[in-house]
Amino acid sequence: MDESEIANAALAAVATAADEPALDDVRVRYLGRKGEVTALLKTLGRLDPAERPAAGARINAAKRRIQDAIDARREALGKEQLERDLATDAVDVTLPGRATPPGSLHPITQTLRRIERIFVVAGYDVVSGPEIEDDYHNFEALNIPAHHPARAMHDTLYLDNGMLLRTHTSPAQIRAMETLEPPLRIICPGRVYRKDDVDASHSPMFHQVEGLVVAEEIAFADLKGTVVDFVHRFFEQDIGVRFRPSYFPFTEPSAEVDVRCVHCGGVGCRSCGYTGWLEVMGCGMVHPNVLANMGIDTERYTGFAFGFGADRLATLLYKVDDMRHFFDNELRFLRQFA
Amino acid sequence: MKFSKQWLGGWVPFDLSTGELCDALTNAGLEVDGVEPVAQGLDGVVVATVESVSAHPNADKLKVCRVFDGVERLTVVCGAPNVRTGMASALARVGAKLPGDVAIRKAKLRGIESSGMLCSEVELGLGEDATGIVDLEDGFGASEDALTPGRPLADALGLDDVTVDLDLTPNRGDALSIRGLAREVGLLTDQEVSRPATAPVAAATDATFPVTIENYGGCPRYLGRVITGVDVSRPVPWWLRERLRRCGLRSIDPVVDVTNYVLLELGQPMHAFDLDRLRGGVVVRDASPGESLTLLDGTEVPVGGTQEAHVYAPALLITDADGPVAIAGVMGGERSGITPSTRNVFLECAFFAPRGVAATARRYGLTTDAAHRYERGVDYALQHEAVERATALLIELVGGQPGPVVEASSERHLPTPKTVRLRKRRLDRLVGEEIAHAEVTRILDRLELAPETTGEGDDVVWTVTTPSHRFDIEREEDLVEEVLRIHGYNAITSRVPEGGLPLGRPALSDAPAAHVADVLVDLGYAEAITYSFVDAKVADVLAPTVEGIGVRNPVSSDHAEMRTSLLPGLVGALQRNLARQAERVRLFEIGQCFRICDGRLDQGMRCGGILFGPRHGQSWAHGTATTDFYDVKGDVERLAALGGRRALFEAAADAALHPGQAAALLLDGDLAGHFGRLHPEVAAALDLPAEVYCFELALDILTAQRRRAFAGLSRQPTVRRDLALIAGRDVSAAEIETVVRERVGDLLDDFRVFDIYMGEGIEPGSRSIAVGLTFQHRSRTLAEAEINKTVDDALADLKTRLGIRLR
Repeated sequence: MDESEIANAALAAVATAADEPALDDVRVRYLGRKGEVTALLKTLGRLDPAERPAAGARINAAKRRIQDAIDARREALGKEQLERDLATDAVDVTLPGRATPPGSLHPITQTLRRIERIFVVAGYDVVSGPEIEDDYHNFEALNIPAHHPARAMHDTLYLDNGMLLRTHTSPAQIRAMETLEPPLRIICPGRVYRKDDVDASHSPMFHQVEGLVVAEEIAFADLKGTVVDFVHRFFEQDIGVRFRPSYFPFTEPSAEVDVRCVHCGGVGCRSCGYTGWLEVMGCGMVHPNVLANMGIDTERYTGFAFGFGADRLATLLYKVDDMRHFFDNELRFLRQFA
Repeated sequence: MKFSKQWLGGWVPFDLSTGELCDALTNAGLEVDGVEPVAQGLDGVVVATVESVSAHPNADKLKVCRVFDGVERLTVVCGAPNVRTGMASALARVGAKLPGDVAIRKAKLRGIESSGMLCSEVELGLGEDATGIVDLEDGFGASEDALTPGRPLADALGLDDVTVDLDLTPNRGDALSIRGLAREVGLLTDQEVSRPATAPVAAATDATFPVTIENYGGCPRYLGRVITGVDVSRPVPWWLRERLRRCGLRSIDPVVDVTNYVLLELGQPMHAFDLDRLRGGVVVRDASPGESLTLLDGTEVPVGGTQEAHVYAPALLITDADGPVAIAGVMGGERSGITPSTRNVFLECAFFAPRGVAATARRYGLTTDAAHRYERGVDYALQHEAVERATALLIELVGGQPGPVVEASSERHLPTPKTVRLRKRRLDRLVGEEIAHAEVTRILDRLELAPETTGEGDDVVWTVTTPSHRFDIEREEDLVEEVLRIHGYNAITSRVPEGGLPLGRPALSDAPAAHVADVLVDLGYAEAITYSFVDAKVADVLAPTVEGIGVRNPVSSDHAEMRTSLLPGLVGALQRNLARQAERVRLFEIGQCFRICDGRLDQGMRCGGILFGPRHGQSWAHGTATTDFYDVKGDVERLAALGGRRALFEAAADAALHPGQAAALLLDGDLAGHFGRLHPEVAAALDLPAEVYCFELALDILTAQRRRAFAGLSRQPTVRRDLALIAGRDVSAAEIETVVRERVGDLLDDFRVFDIYMGEGIEPGSRSIAVGLTFQHRSRTLAEAEINKTVDDALADLKTRLGIRLR
């Protein structure tokens, strides 16, 4: 057989090699040390020297053709194998992954974090304090002496040891002020307690965030601006805010803050008692007696304070219709806030 | 406080719709809580004249009336005993729908068709008299014109009125009357207030009853007046009852109705005694220990209190020769109350000091209209005017002859007007913008604060004198509020505080507590928030030796103790979820717990968790293994790593935990807390399944951080040796690690247990522990012989100290 016949036979064998070993057999048979092409090359020495270059070139060309065909076939076989492997390794990507699904932060915690983020970027410090308080920090220091009618606004839970459960987080401000000096901006988030019966909008335990700003030129206008900005940031929309004169012993002037009902937009609905407004916050200019109790020069410094229920804001933010859900701790409820 | 808009309109001629009135009041700090029409369901009810009354042929108690309703003459069957020819009454025409959804239809009554219904007060929702149909000419205060047949009843009786419910703050006692509200509305609408004339009623007899005050501090002024020969059986006219009704009060009897009327109109609480049931004279004094009084409502009050309470704040009493007859400013006693047989009345009109009334009312839980006003402050100059007003009304209603007014008082003990300055500069600074000088003066003037102005420009100072009806103005800021609330809070332009403030002071040495919560959420826990007060019985099962602080006035008996641990709350949450068919529970809470440590109250924040059910939620990817000790431990390890401090775990004893599956976590030697499996007996006592795991750790120890510092990186290769050890079952992994570390020292880069085996091939009472040791020297390559010797030394130590051999 001449080189072209050998080559044709080899190419046919390559084309039909079904897998790598078969292909390798073909390679050994034609190009191996004892292969047919190799044998043909060995016959060159017997040729006329004038014919040798042409014959060598033909044989080498045939060898290259065979080698190229083998390489191409190998690559094709590799690709086929890969295709098969990929098909075999395919998984159902819609099955859930192996990781443990995350739990959930309580919606009130999420609300408190939301509130803290807003104030912390404005330079407020977050301070906390004890929930079991004494009469001085919860009442006296806040300008609520014994038998003050305002004590009736705080249905207080008293303890056997003569102390009480704080009715607001204001005592934490008083305590913070025992070490801090103005100018300052602080917020005090935390649990507070009232002797309230449990219903859809009342709980004997709830969460409050109070804020206090004391500096040299703090005015009612600053309080308004801060409260309005906060409401707008919190609800992420510029909803209506109104201020009503009110009364707290620890602020003077005092105000209640209403926001446009987030449920009906102010048209009037069951949630807002058909008034179009929701009461969300109490605030005012810090009473000079309270500043004096904090050891602050009341002629030099003025301040404002505000306080609101985080639970109440959470009900509005997450449209929770019954506060009891917050403390039932049912997983079906909690997981909705994951 | 509830008031009638119409009544207020009689004092000040404001021209506001109900909505505008409510907004004006609310914006001035008198919050409107609700508005209700005083009459409803009166469409189709008209004034009608009864032209004839004849007997019903088939019924003794019914009458057949011919009634003219202004358009036609109708036949109406009526069962009222008082129906008579010629009377003007109220006819509900066919088609009317009375209060309570009573529809009026043509109906045959015992064979006679009735075209409408003549109505009683009750049927009209206008009162409580159900004895007969309304007689519009008798006490309804309607003019003859108004009673033209056919005129809508609501129109004829002025029922186009609303009851406005105010939720007043405790500083505004001055607004708890029509008079006080008129003052406020007059200012807000710039209208003059015209109070009804009340002329003194001259004494017709010289009958008096002596009054003595022993405690002038509690009662600086007491006016008394005797009225003899009254007839309390006379009916109270409808107009007066109606005014009371529109202000939320029921009619009782003519005398009480008059005192209530004066209370509403002027804000002065009064009390009327049956003079014939008083003996000696009235003495106003403090209660003596052991005294008690049965009140008008029948409850007996131990006004003398206990000895201890008595020392604290004795109740102020009105007494006669036979003992207490009333709690001053709160409520009268049963013994001396007005009855249908009362002939002679002793009227009391006093000023009691706010503090004493507040203390007594609070102590005995008595909330009355009188106490509500006295504790907020009643106008101390009002008593003479009020007693004259009451006398005039009383005589108009029940007749009788008044004696002279007797007064006992001490000027020295009465409140005194205060002088308060308001500096314009201070006002503008606190408000944040300027309020015009003239506006401030007008507001102060209309508030009856008698302002006197001195100074010029920004140096203007107003000096005011507080009137007798204001108890809440003591200092400059109070005047700022008065000016601002009338000027309008919403008229002030908002701004935000300017800079000049220092940077915040976050506690950087601790990891934020929020990280703890975030780690637990990542581990699959849901955050719970449970009550800080728990059921003492549950707390006792979980921690029998820890004493909790009791709540003196708990919201309920199962919330009567402050938690010393988060576990009772988490257990409750677990129970609730199990009851709702939860199969796998991971809950945590972060919050304060309250413990007495060495006599001091510790209110530290703690972080607790509870685990129950399969290790993983059911999934194709996970097995069905249930949670075990190493799940809770793994989670605790994750938390322990937060602060970067060295964590040490030890077996621990905890009454709530299984004795063989309880551990303590120490961080750099500080005890963070315990975790493990709930003790099977505890679980059983709490109706929980057997396998519940929990942890509770002190948050401050968990978040305390080691300040990290770079230790350099060794370039030397590491060498690992694995050892299969046979150890007694009671030898802990930690003990093995300790022995190895003590021997190998700094060369040991890592120690890990990678296999535990018990069973075939290992004798009972032992276990096979496979450990991997990784060695590295900081500065040089370790020689093979050196490592071999180190391992041999460690094995020798393990053998001698722990009885361990190589497998």
